[in-house]
Amino acid sequence: MELSGTDWSSEAAEGVPGVPPQREHLVVIGNGMAGCRAVEELLARDAGRYRVTIFGAEPHVNYNRIMLSPVLAGEKSFEDIILNTHQWYRDNGIELIAGDAVVSVDRAAKRVTAASGRSVAYDRLLIATGSDPFIIPCPGHTLDGVISFRDMHDVDRMLAAADAGGDAVVIGGGLLGLEAAHGLSLRGMKVTVLHLMPTLMERQLDEAAGWLLKTALEARGQTILTGADTAEILGDGKVEGVRLKDGTTIPASIVVMAVGIRPNVKLAREAGLAIGRGIHVDDHMVTSDPAILAVGECVEHDGNVYGLVAPLFDMCRALADGLVEKHSGYRGSVTSTKLKVAGLDVFSAGDFSGGDGAEDIVLRDASRGVYKRVIVKDDRIVGAVLYGDTGDGGWYFDLLKRQEDVSELRDLLIFGQAFASGGGAADPKAAVAALSDDAEICGCNGVTKGQVVACIDKGACSLDAVRAGCKASASCGSCTGLVETLLAVTLGDAVQSGPKTMCKCTGFGHDDVRREIVAQDMRSIPEVMQKLHWSTPDGCSSCRPALNYYLLCALPGDYVDDQQSRFVNERMHANIQKDGTYSVVPRMWGGLTNPRELRAIADVVEKFNAPMVKVTGGQRLDIFGIKKEDLPAVWADLNAAGMVSGHAYGKSLRTVKTCVGSEWCRFGTQDSTGLGVKIEHMTWGSWMPHKFKIAVSGCPRNCAEATIKDFGVVCVDSGYELSVGGNGGIHVRATDFLCKVATEAEAMHYCAAFIQLYREEARYLERTAPWIERVGVDYVKARIADDAEGRDALAGRFLYSQSFSQDDPWAERASAHVQHAHMAEFHPAKALTDGEPA
Amino acid sequence: MTADWLDIGWLEQIPVRGSRTVPVAGGEEIAVFRTGDNQVFALVNRCPHKGGPLSQGIVHGHSVACPLHNWNIALKTGEAQGEDKGCTPVVPVKIVSGRVLICRSSALKAAA
Repeated sequence: MELSGTDWSSEAAEGVPGVPPQREHLVVIGNGMAGCRAVEELLARDAGRYRVTIFGAEPHVNYNRIMLSPVLAGEKSFEDIILNTHQWYRDNGIELIAGDAVVSVDRAAKRVTAASGRSVAYDRLLIATGSDPFIIPCPGHTLDGVISFRDMHDVDRMLAAADAGGDAVVIGGGLLGLEAAHGLSLRGMKVTVLHLMPTLMERQLDEAAGWLLKTALEARGQTILTGADTAEILGDGKVEGVRLKDGTTIPASIVVMAVGIRPNVKLAREAGLAIGRGIHVDDHMVTSDPAILAVGECVEHDGNVYGLVAPLFDMCRALADGLVEKHSGYRGSVTSTKLKVAGLDVFSAGDFSGGDGAEDIVLRDASRGVYKRVIVKDDRIVGAVLYGDTGDGGWYFDLLKRQEDVSELRDLLIFGQAFASGGGAADPKAAVAALSDDAEICGCNGVTKGQVVACIDKGACSLDAVRAGCKASASCGSCTGLVETLLAVTLGDAVQSGPKTMCKCTGFGHDDVRREIVAQDMRSIPEVMQKLHWSTPDGCSSCRPALNYYLLCALPGDYVDDQQSRFVNERMHANIQKDGTYSVVPRMWGGLTNPRELRAIADVVEKFNAPMVKVTGGQRLDIFGIKKEDLPAVWADLNAAGMVSGHAYGKSLRTVKTCVGSEWCRFGTQDSTGLGVKIEHMTWGSWMPHKFKIAVSGCPRNCAEATIKDFGVVCVDSGYELSVGGNGGIHVRATDFLCKVATEAEAMHYCAAFIQLYREEARYLERTAPWIERVGVDYVKARIADDAEGRDALAGRFLYSQSFSQDDPWAERASAHVQHAHMAEFHPAKALTDGEPA
Repeated sequence: MTADWLDIGWLEQIPVRGSRTVPVAGGEEIAVFRTGDNQVFALVNRCPHKGGPLSQGIVHGHSVACPLHNWNIALKTGEAQGEDKGCTPVVPVKIVSGRVLICRSSALKAAA
């Protein structure tokens, strides 16, 4: 349908080839989750219909406000939570005016004016000003250091405060407050949460779940005071503490106020629009002025205002339909909340206040920290609260929304969908297949099952394609498993696995798994598989070694290594060769050896008929062709001569290569051999995401080839040049310069810190070179060279970990007659012959 | 065929998700695997790909990943999984009163 143009809108499409010039001008006030989503919905329906200008008060592109908590917690950066990049605005011909808030609307002239004085005419105006954080007007609320938790600016202020350390008080024990407290706590602050009501998150959780949440947060070191009524914020110009009405005072260098939000209606009120608690809108999101629409948290529809993302997206769909004149209408939303509060799973939906005729079905498993309560009225679910295990939240919510009769399911209802729909071993695919089309899959982006399936039907056949196509699973990723199941259900075998998944056993990527291991304090491979919903009984040959490593790295001295999750080389402490025999490499520190060691090696070669001995690229001797059953005896002989395993087989520190340095070389500037030996003594035995090689060269002639090693030292007259991320493998890569230090001790300290950063953050089987290319060398410099405190902490953790890992694995296995559990593997059972009686 | 079960030892002598080998005189080894759910399987100790010793691989579910090139072999059928094609001979095996028994004539035939 063509719309007639107006004079001022003809400027619209000048210079945009192929676009008719008479498009109406849609001006959007608000570049947040509602305003931008409304435009996205509009573009999806008719991209050419309107010329679009978006005003944003914040100086950013559109970002995912609900992901501010992970940014505060350090789990994501701002870049990770951007929903639409500048390129998106450009590609869609949208003018973005960011950092310039609209201050007035002239309805008669159909113009808006921004703080800078910029004035823009509109045909249709969309108000999406969201809501403002509510600040309790108690004495002291204007002091420096009182912060709300609403936008990126607030997060920046909290991060700056956390850097300075000290105490924080968070007023408000709702979701936002708890997330702020969690983030600040992770950033090292001592946090006290003050909540007026007797239980946390009382609007989303019942008393029991609120108590479980409080207990779990206290166990993580936060102080939670419920029934705490703030009297005043203390301080002289700057926050110093908080005094409660009962007289208690709590010291604080910042106070985060997170007690609630209220619709931001200032602009609409001044423009003379009808206002209740929010801007009044009809079912098509039209305000009392037909040329002005409004959407999101700033509106009131049918007496309701919403502060959750799902209803807001419902509204955006109705609004976009209206803008292309296919009026569908908005009928209000039933809301559910599926949250991760400080890593703890929480879900609620509907009405859980109980009351007449409501029957509670409750399941409690205290030791697992699981609580489930489903509220049934007249054989229909009216509410649900889940804590600890929220996997069935979507199913309960679906039954609730459809008002399905659950009398037949009732006995099994509380055990979840898998049981209720037929046996504990019910197929999870069937469960997902049974969801209705409007069941929500992705809470962050408000994407329903129907939308995901439509996206797949349009050709998206991988996780990444679905993320790009409909945004499902593109934000926090907690629905990744569901999306993958939908892919599997919809496409069968045609599904392409995304590159980010750890392996076929899980929907999580390596980084997610590592984060969850630490966040949930998981302590064994079966626990990880259980908690992260592995789809296989005991993993596969890809994930098991990775999980074993991640746990080992996270829990030094504590985690019991799982030998059966190691590749045979690491189990045998030798390299398997193509004929099934092994090669053995003893450690020769810094490449040095002596007659005793050489004799011992020569004796082993003769005694076990090793067909070949070779000098490796890392300056060690490699004895080839050892039979598996001879390995213990070979190690015992080498051990007896004082040698330990060279770990030439492991995802571990391999060798420290050296040149002769100042001791012999006429160019050598420092004792590179001596330093190499010291570094090898410090680092040997450490398990890594992948093999790790070090070299120390005595002068810039670099005879030890330090600039193609994972960590390289080049000695110069004035000190030691450190460089990282080199690789002589398939893709030869020279190192990136890290920094220069003056002393040997510093060189070793930086080396330890760098190794630990790599150990803690790289993905299993990712060498330093691709890791550094992924995260950027600037990041590594910032963590190692620029951050003295962080560097000390990393080096400290490395050395702590090393205090457990420097036991020679050969000695452990070869020590005479020790009946090691795995020794059986070396000895075949008795031979089977033709003549033996049956 | 039914009476020739050969006792090769206690189940506990095989590590969970591990294996032991039984040499066959004049033939190849038989690898006897114990899985995470305490079932046993026996295969000729040779990957259909390049002859890798399957007994040295990582056992996961009811499969083993060959230590040489990571082919996954189904323990029950000996068939290579996924894109890979090939099959390793399977030997009947069972647990009786905690003892592992393999079918002697099948083992001799498979390992020959």
